[in-house]
Amino acid sequence: MKVTMRVDGADVAAEIDRPGESLLATLRDRLGRTGSKNACEQGECGSCTVLLDGAPVCSCLVATAQCEGRDVKTVVGAVPRPVRDAFVQCGAVQCGFCTPGLLVSVADLLGRNGDPSDLDIREALAGNLCRCTGYEKIIDAVHTAAAGLAGEPR
Amino acid sequence: MTAAAPARFDFHRPAAVAEAVRLLAEHPEAVPVAGGTDLMVAVNYRLTRPEAMLDLTGLDELRDWTDEGDTVRIGSGVPYARITAELAAVLPGLAAAARTVGSPQIRSRGTIGGNLATASPAGDAHPPLLATGASVEIASTEGVRHVPIGEFYLGPKRSALRPGELITAVTVPKAAGPQQFLKVGTRNAMVIAVCSFALALDPETRRLGTGIGSAGPVPLTAPDAEAVELPWSDPGRFDDALADEFGRRVAAAARPIDDVRGTADYRRHALAVCAARALRRVWTAAHERNPR
Ligand SMILES: Cc1cc2nc3c(=O)[nH]c(=O)nc-3n(C[C@H](O)[C@H](O)[C@H](O)COP(=O)(O)OP(=O)(O)OC[C@H]3O[C@@H](n4cnc5c(N)ncnc54)[C@H](O)[C@@H]3O)c2cc1C
Ligand code: FES
Ligand code: FES
Repeated sequence: MKVTMRVDGADVAAEIDRPGESLLATLRDRLGRTGSKNACEQGECGSCTVLLDGAPVCSCLVATAQCEGRDVKTVVGAVPRPVRDAFVQCGAVQCGFCTPGLLVSVADLLGRNGDPSDLDIREALAGNLCRCTGYEKIIDAVHTAAAGLAGEPR
Repeated sequence: MTAAAPARFDFHRPAAVAEAVRLLAEHPEAVPVAGGTDLMVAVNYRLTRPEAMLDLTGLDELRDWTDEGDTVRIGSGVPYARITAELAAVLPGLAAAARTVGSPQIRSRGTIGGNLATASPAGDAHPPLLATGASVEIASTEGVRHVPIGEFYLGPKRSALRPGELITAVTVPKAAGPQQFLKVGTRNAMVIAVCSFALALDPETRRLGTGIGSAGPVPLTAPDAEAVELPWSDPGRFDDALADEFGRRVAAAARPIDDVRGTADYRRHALAVCAARALRRVWTAAHERNPR
């Protein structure tokens, strides 16, 4: 069965062979778009987070066949440069496995709330697990990214 | 080797409820999927391998809520994120419960219809729906039927939903007074409830509504606790002893078991604490709002 969708701005088609194939599996294994990571396949870790028609979702829990004609943005297409730069600058990346999902969640948060409090950030990132950083530097990075985006002409 | 022919299987994408129930009648093997936050976990872990699926996310009819005067009719496909963002003023108990579900990713995708269809005793929508006396709207090729929420849950992960039926909506009475939802878990996000409690107070009719989650084979109400005598004529007489008595009656209504998330004893204890706290909060809120 062929599914066509938009991924990071490009029209793509994927041939899937079972109805329950996840968007994450299709992105990684059929389309070679390995930005979204697979750590749990049960919605717990958030490393597979993408924007589906603008909403943050775990791509491991979306059936690819539900995405016909829909818009998918991965870490490649969803994340403004100042967000990425802030993560590097603040030491919010160690092994990096959680980073693509976190960047998508942060991009979503800052798209809705240009100046989030620590509490806003913790609630927005509650679905993204990081085994390395202890989260403090991630929170620093979100504040730095917010400042960067505010200073950037849009 | 010749290229393999594209695999053939059915993935139905109905555009209307009438078409969806017809497809479900013709293809009983097709598994409905909404947000996928319960179903896809089972698929990914090979606990189930649907030969065919029926996508509910294309049904615009299911994806909206409407104000019906005294009630709100919530389409089964409305995700938690929208219940929290749009219904907190009229359905504060349900909105508070929706906000505790999973994470932003789960709340933007997971639906109230999926929570009902899964019918887990721990599902967070159930206690506020019980406390407010909601009604579940179910459609099939036979027509539409309405099941009172108290008759919907039949056992762990078993409900009144029959093969060939879809949940189309849930109708929830608007809050007539303060409401509370309390949930016990190991952190503030991403937890399946160890136990949970919802309370609705209607100062006009002087009635309490209760809902208990994750402390029995099905979500429960606590009729004995709802009947507790409240000092309506002299609200200042409300005291901790009364709140504690209410908590004891709620705990007595629970039928918890020991499991990985907690023991039956702990659940009963936590429910008594939550229920007493919830009653104190709604009573205070009701009497702040209507000063004597
Ligand atoms: C990481 C994670 C955290 C979670 N945390 C919570 C939590 O805190 N609290 C909580 O209550 N739940 C939680 N859940 C469970 C889940 O998110 C909810 O139960 C959710 O409401 C399911 O809705 P859905 O639309 O995703 O259902 P789906 O997965 O799409 O469907 C679930 C089942 O219901 C059937 N179904 C769906 N819609 C209908 C319909 N309209 N009519 C008939 N049948 C239907 C499907 O066939 C399937 O069997 C969590 C899940 C995950 C993965
Ligand atoms: S891989 Fe999707 S949430 Fe972990
Ligand atoms: S940097 Fe290693 S998991 Fe987050």
